[in-house]
Amino acid sequence: MEAEGRALPAPARALERVGRAFVRGLDEVGFAAALLAESLYWIVLGRRRDQPVRPAPIFQQMTEIGIAALPIVSVLAATIGVMLSIQGIHTLRDFGAESQIVLGVAISVTREFAPLIVGILVAGRSGSALAARLASMQVNQEIDALRVMGINPVRFLVVPPLLAMGLVVPALTFVAGVLAVLASGLYVGAVLGMSLDAYVEQSLAVVEVGDVLHGLGKSVLFALLITLVGVVNGAGVEGGAEGVGRVTTRSVVHAISAIVLADMVFALVLAT
Amino acid sequence: MSAAGAEAAPRGGDTACAAPAEPVIEVRELVTHYGPREILRGVSLAVDEGEIRVIMGGSGSGKSTLLRHMVALERPTSGSIRLLGQELTALSARERDRLLRRVGVAFQGGALLSSLTVLENLLLPLREHTDLDDRTMRIMARMKLEVVDLAGFEDLMPSELSGGMLKRAALARAIVMDPKLLFCDEPSAGLDPVVSASLDELILRLRDALRMTIVVVTHELESAFRIADRITVLDRGEVLLTGTVGEIRASENQRIQDLLHRRADDTPPDPDEYMRRLTGAAAGGREVRGRR
Repeated sequence: MEAEGRALPAPARALERVGRAFVRGLDEVGFAAALLAESLYWIVLGRRRDQPVRPAPIFQQMTEIGIAALPIVSVLAATIGVMLSIQGIHTLRDFGAESQIVLGVAISVTREFAPLIVGILVAGRSGSALAARLASMQVNQEIDALRVMGINPVRFLVVPPLLAMGLVVPALTFVAGVLAVLASGLYVGAVLGMSLDAYVEQSLAVVEVGDVLHGLGKSVLFALLITLVGVVNGAGVEGGAEGVGRVTTRSVVHAISAIVLADMVFALVLAT
Repeated sequence: MSAAGAEAAPRGGDTACAAPAEPVIEVRELVTHYGPREILRGVSLAVDEGEIRVIMGGSGSGKSTLLRHMVALERPTSGSIRLLGQELTALSARERDRLLRRVGVAFQGGALLSSLTVLENLLLPLREHTDLDDRTMRIMARMKLEVVDLAGFEDLMPSELSGGMLKRAALARAIVMDPKLLFCDEPSAGLDPVVSASLDELILRLRDALRMTIVVVTHELESAFRIADRITVLDRGEVLLTGTVGEIRASENQRIQDLLHRRADDTPPDPDEYMRRLTGAAAGGREVRGRR
């Protein structure tokens, strides 16, 4: 096949590359779907098949993904809150409507910025770590070792991070949302002379349950994407230590792209 | 541990010479492909209970592939593999997992989980497959570490172990469930002669002390001759010969002699294949041949 490819003219070769990448992409999407289905199978039926999903590794992963990320999530969320306030006030001043900043920040943070910033952060911190861990396990035959010990690798290696991410990412998103609004409140208070109490009260009044669910729902979706992208890349590693580095980078890029795309699709579907 | 057929494997008496009715491993006409390449071309072999069988061959002979098939990591294109009386290719995933609990595998690089200590690595199969209390499991794991002379190293991480220690730890993990059957992939590869010899001793001791059937895949002649009851020589995906050390040494097969005397393979390369490699095109190869 490759030998023939070399004989093709340049445009055809380019087309062939696109085709290959497309087929590989489809392949990976299919693999991700199969992984998700198999993970659900183990969560529901693991106990019956003598291979229960154990809580200890889930809690361990939750600590690693969630608690350890709290400081950086807090800093970034507060920064985003202040940044939105600065830009918002700057724009609204043209209309003399600076006080509407409360509405703008509260809604955009809840629906958009909190899930997005947490998603990107977790993809960089934990999605990449997951890909690297699985890839090096694959290279060292550790996954084969699990198989021959009769331990299903999906149940043992994929389900714990999947559940941990699914629980922790929305929690981080909630924290990020609250902190962003508070930070924005402090800034707005300083600039427009509004008290923090009033700011928070107004924010709570404009944000509806639907907005919160929109944000949290999206963060669960992001959590799934981050985990599956990490696992698919980690499991698909080729070529030793260098390969591990490659799939780690690849998983971050893919996860962030997937998050941004899914974000838009989510918005489109729910807005129309 | 009550899988159907578990008792089907005959126990084959305590005396070493009593031939059991059914071999512990029976591979018949195993054929497998990676893409278009045929890796194993009709491999058949039978390993008796209590035997140490060495599967020997150069790189590319298919010995590692054969091992991966025997422990259900790969599915063959065709052929049959019976392990402890059960047909591997016909088992469901669940039955296969149960069967694998009675089989131990020590991988070439150890393949210990790098995030767990040595002891935790040994505890893993016990925790996953038994209902024993923690104290008992720890005692069992420590006993196995004792067997492989790694007592006192249980709290080290795999990355802190030397090559020989890694292989010992891998052996300890492989036998922690007291398997009837143990596979070792290149146990002495990459070790200095002294450590390598001590691993050979360890394998012999395991068979004698724990009455296991052991299959060792290796390309190290010295080690093979020291531990093997019988040797199966694999070459280019085919079994050249199965026999005792004496029979292998006495064989007049050219390729076995080459292997024994570390002679380079002097069979002339296939000219078509050679042309194809040089020109990098199937069509090109044919053209050149036509012109010739």
